[in-house]
Amino acid sequence: MRSSNLPPNNPVSHFIKAQQEKDLLRFIVCGSVDDGKSSMIGRLLYDSKQIFDDQLASLANDSLQHGTQGEAIDFALLTDGLQAEREQGITIDVAYRFFATDKRAFIVADAPGHEQYTRNMVTGASTAEMAVVLIDARKGVLTQTRRHSLLVDLLGIKNIIVAINKIDLIDYSQEVFDGISQQYLEFAKSLHFESIHFVPICALTGENLTLSSTNTPWYAGPRLIEIAETVAVGTQDLSGAFRMSVQSVSRPNSDFRGYMGTIASGEISVGDQIRVNPSGMETRVKGFADFDGPRHSASAGESVCLLLEDEVDISRGDLLSSVVDPALVSDHVEVHLVWLAEEAMIPQRSYLLKIGSKEVRAHIDRLKYRIDINSNEHVSAVTLGLNDIGICNISTVTPIGLDPYDLNRSTGAFVLIDRITNRTVGAGMIRHSLRRSENVQWQELTVGREQRELMNEQKGFVVWLTGLSGSGKSTIANALEVMLHQRKIRTFVLDGDNVRHGLNADLGFTETDRAENIRRVAEVAKLFVDAGMVTIVSFISPFEAERSLAKEIIGESDFFEVFVDAPMVVVEKRDTKGLYAKARAGLLPNFTGVDSPYEIPTNPNLRVESSVSSVVECIDQIVAELVRNSFL
Amino acid sequence: MKPCTASCTKVDDVAASEAILFEDDWEPFVSYLARLEAESMHIIREAVAQAENPVMLYSIGKDSTVMLHLARKAFFPAPLPFPLLHVDTTWKFKEMIEFRDVVAADPDLRLIVHINPECVRLNINPFDHGSSMHTDLWKTEGLKQALDEGAFDLAFGGARRDEEKSRAKERIFSFRTSKHVWDPKNQRPELWNIYNARHAAGESIRVFPLSNWTELDVWQYLLAEDIPVVPLYFAKPRPVVVRQGMQILVDDDRMKLLPGEVIETKMVRFRTLGCYPLTGAVESEATDLSMILAEMFTSRSSERQGRMIDHDQAGSMEKKKVEGYF
Repeated sequence: MRSSNLPPNNPVSHFIKAQQEKDLLRFIVCGSVDDGKSSMIGRLLYDSKQIFDDQLASLANDSLQHGTQGEAIDFALLTDGLQAEREQGITIDVAYRFFATDKRAFIVADAPGHEQYTRNMVTGASTAEMAVVLIDARKGVLTQTRRHSLLVDLLGIKNIIVAINKIDLIDYSQEVFDGISQQYLEFAKSLHFESIHFVPICALTGENLTLSSTNTPWYAGPRLIEIAETVAVGTQDLSGAFRMSVQSVSRPNSDFRGYMGTIASGEISVGDQIRVNPSGMETRVKGFADFDGPRHSASAGESVCLLLEDEVDISRGDLLSSVVDPALVSDHVEVHLVWLAEEAMIPQRSYLLKIGSKEVRAHIDRLKYRIDINSNEHVSAVTLGLNDIGICNISTVTPIGLDPYDLNRSTGAFVLIDRITNRTVGAGMIRHSLRRSENVQWQELTVGREQRELMNEQKGFVVWLTGLSGSGKSTIANALEVMLHQRKIRTFVLDGDNVRHGLNADLGFTETDRAENIRRVAEVAKLFVDAGMVTIVSFISPFEAERSLAKEIIGESDFFEVFVDAPMVVVEKRDTKGLYAKARAGLLPNFTGVDSPYEIPTNPNLRVESSVSSVVECIDQIVAELVRNSFL
Repeated sequence: MKPCTASCTKVDDVAASEAILFEDDWEPFVSYLARLEAESMHIIREAVAQAENPVMLYSIGKDSTVMLHLARKAFFPAPLPFPLLHVDTTWKFKEMIEFRDVVAADPDLRLIVHINPECVRLNINPFDHGSSMHTDLWKTEGLKQALDEGAFDLAFGGARRDEEKSRAKERIFSFRTSKHVWDPKNQRPELWNIYNARHAAGESIRVFPLSNWTELDVWQYLLAEDIPVVPLYFAKPRPVVVRQGMQILVDDDRMKLLPGEVIETKMVRFRTLGCYPLTGAVESEATDLSMILAEMFTSRSSERQGRMIDHDQAGSMEKKKVEGYF
């Protein structure tokens, strides 16, 4: 934006100028209501005159009704926004508060402190550059203090203020204050903070928070607000190498092509050479298209539209980076993953990974361990539940441009999105690239699929039959194989029950095991396709996500999905294997159709109604469709 | 491409000389207003890139004005890639509608005006039906109708988190069901500046690019960028009556005086704009943006005080939002 154009004699010009010299600090306050967190934020707002008379009047009213301070105003009520929270007296979600002093503008993330709200705290910390860790002076360093500190460390916050609150309740004792400080420093040795300030405060009175205190003559340090006013802001972003994720390509007419994005780190000037990741192509900056007129350079935090020298192929999500210090390009990374959803993480399931403006399919191919956020210990785990934090290896379908999170909080951070519900289910921070492609070289084979298919005089592909138990999948698979065999087509059937006796004998019926079951079968089917065989897979495969995974592994062009559709009442009545009866009796947990859902395929290549059509009719339909789509 | 209004070309000349001064001692420092601006532009671009059919709610007020300006900047030099939508209640101030029509005269803009036909038929008005029903039917229902008719899957709104307590907890990208319902207890986590706008057919996303702005920021930005606003924000002698403790402008002859009410001419302005019978004026001498700012430094009441709908019941905004209000 442009700078002010007010004449100097205008009554507010000095104020406007001061405003333009202010920068912005986002910080998070960690602690629980009991520690006085809401009181502290309320006090900061009140003392910076962010609370208006009408709000104060409604606050006085609320204080009588819900407050915990008797007749006095309960500042905590200012910050507990949602009605449910007011009734329960707890802070559930993250709220953002705004205030400014003469030196700086602030956005405060007010996040709940209990362990079951870890995801909310992680959310609040993700955009913060400083954290205030609140400690009740009467209680000292608690488990939650450690947890909060670990989380803000994990999210890459370097500046910490340890606010030892309710100092009035321990008679302003220096001894207690020093003891707690020592205890905290000892614990924080294992973390990566760059500065830690200890301040003895009383949030209710504002002592050493916004106001000086005569009760702590032994404390010569600054008030909390003074520290917040002077902490360095944006240093990592501004001093870093140039990075910008392309949000979109602007092409209003054939003569103009601009690349829009927000500069994540570093600076960029006209003439600078840049690299496009992951393609590796290079070009130079020709200029900027800026609403406010011509410009020569721009830096971290600014939203720009870049014009480039060459017509290179760049699309949304590509990462532009400096040539001197380029971003990494990888399809396999080790990450810290925070799980945000009620439904547990499923290794091998395909999720959408969003990094910058890039969306790419990805899966967790290894969960190494879970981190106990109270003790920082490693715990072995097979999955991550809500609020769990783990170390994982993640593979993406195509390579992406990225940086380790500790070098760049923008290009090293990502979220995982569930492809079916579209909810944000995980938040990740990249530790390093695993360079899988260098470690595991594909064996160069001289006889390939093409040669085999030529010799066999047929094309390899998969017919994937999905449907409820008892819908007739196995019968159809067998009859189809007989028919193809008679036509001299080489085939192989992979049947759910049979595979579970051998290859997958170690797997049960939990969601995680089912995903693994499908993955293995899909991998085996892919090998058969490579061998040039028509592979018929007969699997209940009840979840859309698992069928998509199979399709992804096998490849869309080799995958033909048939939904064998029979109503639940019919298959349960038929119950050829007696499984429904068992499941109803509670002897078979997680049985599809009984206590585990079957997700109807949304877009199968073919749907056959096995309760209406005969087996022969079903096979005829399948073959006709295979011929029509050039599989046969 | 000419997205500038007449007034901002004028500023370019003034700013040019200062820009040179600024460049000499250029150092990587971004003032907080510039950071807010950049963040909003990022949000607007990110939303459009993920939407199939976006629309921007345009309520004519100062926040909408800033949002529209930011959107123009975000897509410069291209025109806006979405239309504006005004949900008209037929009870807006006359000066608002005049201002809207001047803005909409820009050939690069497309404005959709929606008037709830059901309200017209039933002659819903704030005097007979009360502020709550009036707002619900004209605005909330009208908005839902307009979004459904246009099959918009993403709508920008100018709400700010500092306006009201339930807004403070709403995401910047706020998911709505196919019935436009907001579930405050089941919001998508929103981390860093990564925004997830994915949704199934029929569902939609509301996006609030001004989430992190305060009222003071908005006024400062209007001044710094020299953006025209509806003249109702500036004080001048206007005919008002005092009703339920608020100073209501007699904007047309649909406003019938109650026994004991008298029209007085007072020097007043509005801090917030809406339906004129529900919007209170404040007495003021501020006749331009810098005087408004000067008043704000000493102001002791929040802008929402001038809105009758917020006072109906505790938590009323949260309730309205759950039902689909912005």
